[in-house]
Amino acid sequence: MDIIVCVKRVPETSESDVKIDPSGVCIVQEGLVFNINEADNYALEEALLIKEKQGGTVTLVTMGAKASDDTLRMGLAKGADTAIRLDDPAFAGSDGIVTARILASAIKGLTFDLILTGCIASDDWASVVGPALAEMLGIPHATMVTKAELKDGSAQVSRELEGGLLEVLDMKLPAVLTIQTGINEPRYASIMGIAKASKKEIALKGLGDLGLEEDQVGKKGSKTTIEKLTLPVQEKMAELIPGAPEEAAEKLSGILKERGLV
Amino acid sequence: MKDVFALVEHRQGEILDVTYEILSGGVELASKLGGQLTAVLLGSDVGSFTDQLKSRAHRIVVVEDDKLKNFNSEAYQQVLSALIEDHKPYVTLIPQSGFGVDLAPSLAVELDYPLTTDCYEIDAKDGVLSSFRQIYGGKVNAQISFVDAPGYILTVRAASFAVEEPGLTAEIVNVDSPLTEEIAYRKFVDYVEAAVGEVDITQANIVVGIGRGIKEQENLTVVEELAKAIGGVLACSRPVVDAGWLPKERQVGASGKTIKPKLYIAVGISGAFQHVAGMKGADTIVAINKDCNAPIFGEADYGIVGDLFKVVPALSEKLKELKG
Repeated sequence: MDIIVCVKRVPETSESDVKIDPSGVCIVQEGLVFNINEADNYALEEALLIKEKQGGTVTLVTMGAKASDDTLRMGLAKGADTAIRLDDPAFAGSDGIVTARILASAIKGLTFDLILTGCIASDDWASVVGPALAEMLGIPHATMVTKAELKDGSAQVSRELEGGLLEVLDMKLPAVLTIQTGINEPRYASIMGIAKASKKEIALKGLGDLGLEEDQVGKKGSKTTIEKLTLPVQEKMAELIPGAPEEAAEKLSGILKERGLV
Repeated sequence: MKDVFALVEHRQGEILDVTYEILSGGVELASKLGGQLTAVLLGSDVGSFTDQLKSRAHRIVVVEDDKLKNFNSEAYQQVLSALIEDHKPYVTLIPQSGFGVDLAPSLAVELDYPLTTDCYEIDAKDGVLSSFRQIYGGKVNAQISFVDAPGYILTVRAASFAVEEPGLTAEIVNVDSPLTEEIAYRKFVDYVEAAVGEVDITQANIVVGIGRGIKEQENLTVVEELAKAIGGVLACSRPVVDAGWLPKERQVGASGKTIKPKLYIAVGISGAFQHVAGMKGADTIVAINKDCNAPIFGEADYGIVGDLFKVVPALSEKLKELKG
């Protein structure tokens, strides 16, 4: 089975302080650690598990600047076979649908049975690229997949709905599955894998290679634009209990007792 | 006329709450745009749902077809795109739900309409549409503008609009299904309910929830100690389940359990929308987090900004002393 995995390099912001830069439409990237998008990492692992079981190849595709080579190399080190990076100055400002268009142009020329990607990106939180890509390629899709069992030319997948309810579907391949976090246990790259991956070539493709025109991509080609970023203003705020840990803990336990909660 | 479509979401014979929310939001948006709201009801044997919907929209378009019995994004897309081509609504609202995320992007691509997902607010000042959504896990709000287009697709986050009863009397329009055959490449098999674990966190009076801030599985003992000292049960946000440190039935949030305990203590949880959706009904909420800007402090009644590995053991000690 030949599998394409679409990945994205994103800043890790869940545990960091996020600030907006003077442009008002970007966050300050300085000081943030960048890594493969969490859900994409699970998608990559799922692809590697399928390859180990059934044979075939895993091809990584990303849209991003030079720094994204690190993300691709880490994927190669874990066991992906080839990697393609899509980069062009004209791609800047692409929204989710345009990103899918750029990925679709690169994927159209490849042989594949399955496309996997994360169900959500931790930066833009949009969940657009996977199903948009499927529509552009004219193949079916399922989003938020927590289980995928592949048989000849088909897949039985479980999708996660609200409250932990699962929807089980039978899908014909090729298809796009967007992978939910927690579906597997992503591996770490081995030292030997990292050494091998450092020598592998990463294919680089730009606007002309993909047969796209400038007005189809980037800000020009996008129908949506980030106008302004703001930091959320809390409508209400907790009563913050000051003091050193012991002091604050004592005050809090006092409050909880007073309110009859303990 | 700038009309608004809102997709009615229902599952296993019940209209989901988010439907009433987007209908309320849709009425408001339609009035800003000087148009009317159409509720779009797709399914099989769903005619009786119109009773619950008729006061909430100007029109209800009903398409009934056995092939629409269970949600299938491919079938829904075919019907919805045909309805949109026919009626040309200015905005189509779809819930940002398990169904909506599967449907909206491919629908927008097919129609070549602009799309924004997971919007919590929609503006139409002077007839110019813009949407608001959260990025970076809820740490940043983004205002999105659109190019001029014949129509727009927006998915709406749950709990973004208060449910109102506008007292309308909807005209009910039955439309023949455009579907000619079963979708062979994507077939519904079954729904599988979430597993019930050995501890039912929805029944506990006191719940201690842990998140990403716990860092390592070994650190669980720190919060287990607190749960024991306070007589509560341990629950968590998604990353803890993803890492395999606690079972799925302990997960609180949109894709996990909804809990309403007397006391909820959120430890090392930043408070992203998905988690908050499952715990905001708690009577009293306490948050312990090192990041003073974490959204969880906006939900909590009491907060301690500090290192959980120092605060939590101290709290356990004090509670043990109190209980003697």
